[in-house]
Amino acid sequence: MINGMWKVAPTSVARGAARRRTEAELQRGRGNFAWCRVKWNLGCILLAVVVFAGGAAAQTVTLNGAGATFPFPLYSKWSQVYAEEKGVQINYQSIGSGGGIRQFIARTVDFGASDGPMTDEQIAQAGGRVLHIPMVAGAVVPVYNLPGVGQGLNFTPDVLADIFLGRITKWNDPRLSRLNPKANLPGTDIVVVHRSDGSGTTAIWVNYLSKVSPMWKARVGEGTSVNWPTGLGGRGNEGVAGLVRQTPNTLGYVELAYALTNKMTFGSVRNKAGQFVRPTLSSTTKAMDGALRSIPDDYRIFFTNPDGKDAYPVAGFTWILINAEQADAIKGKALVEFLWWAIHDGQKYAPTLLYAPLPKSLVTRVERTLKSVTSRGQAILQ
Amino acid sequence: MAVNVVGAARSSVRATGDRVFQLLLASMAAGIPLIMGLMLVALVAAARPAIERFGVGFLSGSTWDPVAGEFGVLPFIYGTLVSSALALLISVPLGIGTAVFLSELAPGWLRSPVRFLVELLAAIPSVVYGLWGIFVLVPWVRTVLTPALKGTLGFLPLFTGPPLGIGMLTAGLILSVMVVPFIVAVSTEVMRAVPRSQREAALALGATTWETTRKAVIPYARSGIVGAIFLALARALGETMAVTMVIGNVPQIKASLLAPAYTVSAVIANEFAEATQDLYVAALVYAGLALFLVTVIVNILARVLVFRVARGPGLIRE
Repeated sequence: MINGMWKVAPTSVARGAARRRTEAELQRGRGNFAWCRVKWNLGCILLAVVVFAGGAAAQTVTLNGAGATFPFPLYSKWSQVYAEEKGVQINYQSIGSGGGIRQFIARTVDFGASDGPMTDEQIAQAGGRVLHIPMVAGAVVPVYNLPGVGQGLNFTPDVLADIFLGRITKWNDPRLSRLNPKANLPGTDIVVVHRSDGSGTTAIWVNYLSKVSPMWKARVGEGTSVNWPTGLGGRGNEGVAGLVRQTPNTLGYVELAYALTNKMTFGSVRNKAGQFVRPTLSSTTKAMDGALRSIPDDYRIFFTNPDGKDAYPVAGFTWILINAEQADAIKGKALVEFLWWAIHDGQKYAPTLLYAPLPKSLVTRVERTLKSVTSRGQAILQ
Repeated sequence: MAVNVVGAARSSVRATGDRVFQLLLASMAAGIPLIMGLMLVALVAAARPAIERFGVGFLSGSTWDPVAGEFGVLPFIYGTLVSSALALLISVPLGIGTAVFLSELAPGWLRSPVRFLVELLAAIPSVVYGLWGIFVLVPWVRTVLTPALKGTLGFLPLFTGPPLGIGMLTAGLILSVMVVPFIVAVSTEVMRAVPRSQREAALALGATTWETTRKAVIPYARSGIVGAIFLALARALGETMAVTMVIGNVPQIKASLLAPAYTVSAVIANEFAEATQDLYVAALVYAGLALFLVTVIVNILARVLVFRVARGPGLIRE
C-alpha cells in the first residue's frame, strides 16, 4: 500500500518540468545558484552590519510583552505611536491570557498581559510582588438574532442567568415578555451560543452571572472556560457572532467592540441601581467609576455588577502584569514610563478602537501604583 | 592490467559510497520512530498530573468542567470517531468512483485537469474550509438538508432535534470534502499502476469494462486503495480548525447527527491558550495523548485489515 502513495508526491507539473530540463542545463543552473548565494550572503552581512551600527548608535530599548488577544489592536497602536514619540520599541505578542501569564511567570517577557487576574498560586510562582496595571476596559454584551425584533431588548440579571442555565427556554417566556412589552417575541426555542475557546470574554460574562445568580455560582461557577449547561459553542468572538447572525432565535455574548463593528443587535442589562443600561464605552467607564471603592489596591477584581446609576454591569479590565521590583534598571525605567504614558496620553486612542478608557478617579490611583515600582530598592519614578 | 587496477579502485570507492549512503538513509529512517517515541514521552510527562489524578477513568468520563477541575474525554473521542466515520462513509464511494473514472474511463485530455483540481482541493488550508463551512455549508444544511432529512427519515433517532445547521453531520460533510482528494489521488495512482497485462487478460476473456475494473483492476489495487482510505481517516481524525468551526463544540453524546458535538483536537485547540491551572493544562495534554492512542489503535486495526485483504481470495499476483 505504501508503494502506491509514493507516486502521488511529485505533481504532474514538476515531473514535466524535470523531464524537459537536460543535464547540462541543470549543471549551469547549479553554478548560477551558487554564485547567487555568495552575493546574497555578502548582502546579508552588509545589511546586518548597517542595522547593528544604527541600533548601537540610537541606544534603543526594546520591551517584550505577551498575553491577551483582546487588547492587541490597542497595544499595537500604542507600540507604533510610542516608538515614533519616544523611540522605545514595544513588541507585543497576542498569544492569549493564559500564555501571557505562563510567559510572565517564566520571565521570558518584560511584561505580561491578561484579561483575567492571576491567582495567588500563580503570583507565588512568579516570585516577588506582582502588579496588575489596568489599561482599559471592555464590556460584554448580550447579542441576539430574532427576526422582526430590533435593537435594545431588556434583560434582567436573573433572566440572563436562567436562559444560560437552560431554565428559560422560549423567547416568549412571561419573564422575558414582561420586560419587553412592545417587542413581538416569538414562541420559538432560545438557542444559546457561548464561546468554545477559553477567553477573558467568557470569564467576565460568567463572573457576572455568578454574582447575580446563586444557582449559577453553585452549578457552573466561573473561569475562562466552564461546563456550559446548555447551548452551542463558537470559536472566538467571530465564531459566536457568525453563529448568532446566521441562526435565527439565538442569544449569545460578545465584546462590545465586536457587536458594534459587526452591527449586531444587542440588548440592555438592568444594573444594580435598577436601571436598564445600554452598553456603550461611556457606560463602561461609568461602571469603573461606580466600582472604584470596591476595586482593591492590587486591582485584581472583575468589577462586574457595580454601583452607579448609568453603569453598564458586565465589563472587565484588561491588565498589564509587571514585577514591582525591576531587575534591569534601564528596561524597568522604560517600562514604567511607557505605562505612565499609556494611562495618560495613551488613553485617547482607546475610544476610536472601541475600548473604554479609565476614568480620572482610577488614573490617579494607578499613578500611585506605578510610583511604587522599584529597581534595586530605589523608586523608578520620582 | 592497468584497467583492472582502476576498476578495483573505482569499485572500492563505490562500496564506501554505498555504505555512507546506506548509513545516511538508515539514520533518516530511524528518525521517524525516534520522533514518535519522543512525542509519546513528552505527552506522558506533560500529562502526568492528570494521569495520576484521573487514571484510566479519564477515557470513560464524560464531564469536562475546568472550574471544578473534573475532566473526562469520552464525548470528545466519540465526536472524533463518529465525525471521521461519517466523513469516510461519504468520501469513500465518491473518491473510489472518481478514481475509477480517472484511471479507467476518462479520456486523456480530461484526466490531467481533473487530477489537478483534485490535488488543488488537498492544498486548500483547513481554516478556509471552515469559513466556507460557516458561510455556505451551515446555512445549506439548516435550510435545505435538515428539513429534507427530517421529512423523509425523521422517524430515525439519527435525525431529530432542532435545525441548527451546525453539528456532527455538518462536520462529517466538511471532513468528507477535505479527505476525498487523498482517496482520489492515491487510488488513481494505484490503479494506473496495475499492469496492462491484467486488463488485457480480462478483456481477452470477454470481460466488459465494468467486469475488467471490478475483477482485474480493483482486486489488484485493493491494498493500495485501503491504504488511501486509512490515510484519509488519519487526516479526518486529526483535523481541527474546519471541524471546530462547524461542529458546535458541545461535549455530549447524542444519537442525533443533527446535534452539536465536539472533537478531541478541537477542544485542545480551543482551550489550551487560556488554560492557566496546571491540572487543566495536564488534562488537555492527556486528551492529546488519548487522541494519539486512538490514532494508533485505528492504524493497527487498519494494518490488520490490510493484511486480511491482501491475503484474501481474488488477488492476482504476477
